[in-house]
Amino acid sequence: MPAVQETIDQVRSIDVDQYKYGFETEVEMEKAPKGLSEDVIRFISAKKGEPEWMLQWRLDAYKRWLTMREPNWARVSYDKIDYNDIYYYAAPKNNPAPKSLDEVDPEILKTYEKLGIPLREQEILAGVEPQNRVAVDAVFDSVSVATTFKEELAKAGVIFMPISEAIREYPDLVRQYLGSVVPVTDNYFATLNSAVFTDGSFVYIPPGVRCPMELSTYFRINEKNTGQFERTLIIADKGSYVSYLEGCTAPKRDENQLHAAVVELVALDDAEIKYSTVQNWYPGDAQGRGGIYNFVTKRGDCRGRNSVITWTQVETGSAITWKYPSCILRGDNSRGEFYSIAVSNGMQQVDSGTKMIHLGKNTTSRIISKGIAAGKSDNTYRGLVSAHRKATGARNFTNCDSLLIGNQCGAHTVPYIESKNASAVFEHEATTSKISEDQMFYCQQRGLSEEEATALIVNGFVKDVLQQLPMEFAVEAQKLISISLEGSVG
Amino acid sequence: MADVTLMKTPAETALAQAYESAKAILPGNVESRAEAFELFTRSGLPHRRVEEFKYTDLRALMREAAPFAGTPTASEAKAALQSAKALAGVEALQVPFVNGHFVRDAVDFGSLPEGVEIVPLAEALASGHDWLARLSPVAWARQNPVYQLNTAFMADGVMLRVTGQVETPVHLRFVTAGNSAVATATRVLVLVEEGASVTLLESHESPNGANHQPNDVIEMVAGDRSNVRHVRLNAEGDGALALSTLTLKVGAEAEFFSINVVAGAATSRHQVFAILDGENTKARINGMTMVKGGQHADSTLVVEHAAPNCESRELFKTVIDGEATGVFQGKIIVPHHAQKTDGRMMSAAVLLSEGGTMNNKPELEIFADDVQCAHGATCGQLDEDLLFYLMARGIPRKEAESLMVQAFLGEAVEFVEHEGVHDALVSVVEGWLRARA
Repeated sequence: MPAVQETIDQVRSIDVDQYKYGFETEVEMEKAPKGLSEDVIRFISAKKGEPEWMLQWRLDAYKRWLTMREPNWARVSYDKIDYNDIYYYAAPKNNPAPKSLDEVDPEILKTYEKLGIPLREQEILAGVEPQNRVAVDAVFDSVSVATTFKEELAKAGVIFMPISEAIREYPDLVRQYLGSVVPVTDNYFATLNSAVFTDGSFVYIPPGVRCPMELSTYFRINEKNTGQFERTLIIADKGSYVSYLEGCTAPKRDENQLHAAVVELVALDDAEIKYSTVQNWYPGDAQGRGGIYNFVTKRGDCRGRNSVITWTQVETGSAITWKYPSCILRGDNSRGEFYSIAVSNGMQQVDSGTKMIHLGKNTTSRIISKGIAAGKSDNTYRGLVSAHRKATGARNFTNCDSLLIGNQCGAHTVPYIESKNASAVFEHEATTSKISEDQMFYCQQRGLSEEEATALIVNGFVKDVLQQLPMEFAVEAQKLISISLEGSVG
Repeated sequence: MADVTLMKTPAETALAQAYESAKAILPGNVESRAEAFELFTRSGLPHRRVEEFKYTDLRALMREAAPFAGTPTASEAKAALQSAKALAGVEALQVPFVNGHFVRDAVDFGSLPEGVEIVPLAEALASGHDWLARLSPVAWARQNPVYQLNTAFMADGVMLRVTGQVETPVHLRFVTAGNSAVATATRVLVLVEEGASVTLLESHESPNGANHQPNDVIEMVAGDRSNVRHVRLNAEGDGALALSTLTLKVGAEAEFFSINVVAGAATSRHQVFAILDGENTKARINGMTMVKGGQHADSTLVVEHAAPNCESRELFKTVIDGEATGVFQGKIIVPHHAQKTDGRMMSAAVLLSEGGTMNNKPELEIFADDVQCAHGATCGQLDEDLLFYLMARGIPRKEAESLMVQAFLGEAVEFVEHEGVHDALVSVVEGWLRARA
């Protein structure tokens, strides 16, 4: 059965030619010389006032990167990237200076206003209920231009700041955890990022602290010919909790721009991290000109017992998406979750999924992935679930649906399921009622149809996270969640 | 990944030498062999960085290449066939091969069942038989190194043509004899004409302790409204490295069933490349694998729905004991025009021991928007509650496990309609379970 009309309309409303965030901001920029070399890396490191060890770390990564080849196993195709035709550092001229928002270039503030990102704490306080407050770190090309609610978070002991600042102020913490989840040598793009990363957010939640507000980072690529290489590191110490949101947009351009980020999450004993992404990079035009290459390495390490990491992603943007937010379930009883909705339009290519690596005893994971392909796009789910010898009692449930709109697009599913432990129970896309028969029964008893009940259960938690998104397009994200997958192909 | 040029392994070097010395005497078209070997040489033995061989690293598993077996003498062939046991109880037309060579004396060409024609392959290749032109290789197979090796080295086999409703099963019996390791490359070409029907049996056996390396290919073209049942039994000895490929092109409104049963070999890989080429065809491809000790068994499958309104069902069951490894890689491909496709692929595995490994990769590749494709994979151990239930009724644990394994595997076998064959397969399962107890 083909897709229902309502779904087609909703997907159409976010088609590539409907991109709303494609405007450009005129700001005077300071850039590193074009191309990639040791000098450029030294330039970036000096700009950030980094200690010697950090520079050495970058240079080692660069040397390693030179020996590596670009991966080609993903189901995406693109012209060869000229890594020497990119500016690796671009920052608004007055940086690093702004002590308060008043010193930030008004053009940049206007940009964020247009994007609907609240940077002024007073305004946020005036308009919104206190429990819905969100602290924002705004990253503009290569630098963080503003971070809100820093003082208030500091009172709770939470560290939330640009990573370049954290390297200076908390070098021991950063040094202990940076690269411990995604090693410098992990993969081509992660190694490149390690060499040239410019900014990103650093979060540390002390033991037993429930972060008093949502944290979020808003990434904006603005300058031409630049790549954005941000690095995010979140550490949830024992018994802590944090919910973190990430949003991204870029102007409309005919050229392709590279975005190669690394996100590392560390959850210690009994800690919980919720990481949500609304990825809305410029997807290119209907002919496939321009758009962002989104080559991102995201990984969470459930290092402690009973820890939880949840990835939620709504993917609508980027010309090419190559990302697999993963969980290493190291601690006994730890839990990893991955909820994803990827909508591709136009000529977009999405190759995304997750990895759930069960190492500890009684670890559980759940994967819910929905791919919707329209236009001439290709949408691939690629996921790995593995249980190692010691992962006694590991459990995974995976459900991935795809929906095609029109017959010019493609939907692909490439799951890898590897079990080395007899007591590990893996189920890949068994019947929907397996989600939880009790919940289904409860809903159906109250008059919901099976499909309504399934949608409610599958989407319930995703909605929960997205309703709290501070960004304007949260509305759209919510619309996406409610898209019916009636007529899904498999 | 860095594409460094890999050093040739001893096995690859041996294969290159074997090809050099054999190419002049192998029958048939030299060009197609040369092309296949050239393609093989370019990539070498596939290793774990090659996606299709990610879980079966042939480069590591095939340390040495055994020499190709010569033609057995009449008495050798007779002795080998007399000791053959696989599917022996099933009444069928016997088409035997010993050490990869067709034993023509064992077939009474004068009294073949009506609707069956057999031509020895070596003869057909040498004379350029006109049936050869009707076989069109499946693209997926041509890119496959195991198939390429077979194409380069195939020395013997038969061409089988089915023109009517054939009641008696045709049994292709492959026996590799002797204790010193040999390699074989056989190919059987099967033409099933429009509306024809046949049951094709295949058995592969060799003595324990010998490191034989059989590589066999069945290439089948089944016409419109044909009905083919294909049962393959791997009962190789415990040292064998057995590679096999089934390619299939099936026409419209046809029915096709195939099951591969793995009960032997140290390492095995069975590949199916099927193209559903006409509308309203139904195909069911099953697998049943039992491995123990250090065995490694791989089932790889590509089903392309090249026409609309076809239905395919794939069901693979794997039981793993000891430190054995099971692999399932399946892929359903639905191109733009294959609307109303209904495809369902399922792989289920049971791990009976601590040290076993199961790797599943059920893939879908869909370009049509009005289709139904499902894939599933499960992996786990026997349900403790059910075992307890049986044990509470006085059934010892091992026996309870056996009952549950039989029930689990039974699902894949129940589609075998031929009663004698069905029973023979059930007793293969029973034999395997007995050996375990």
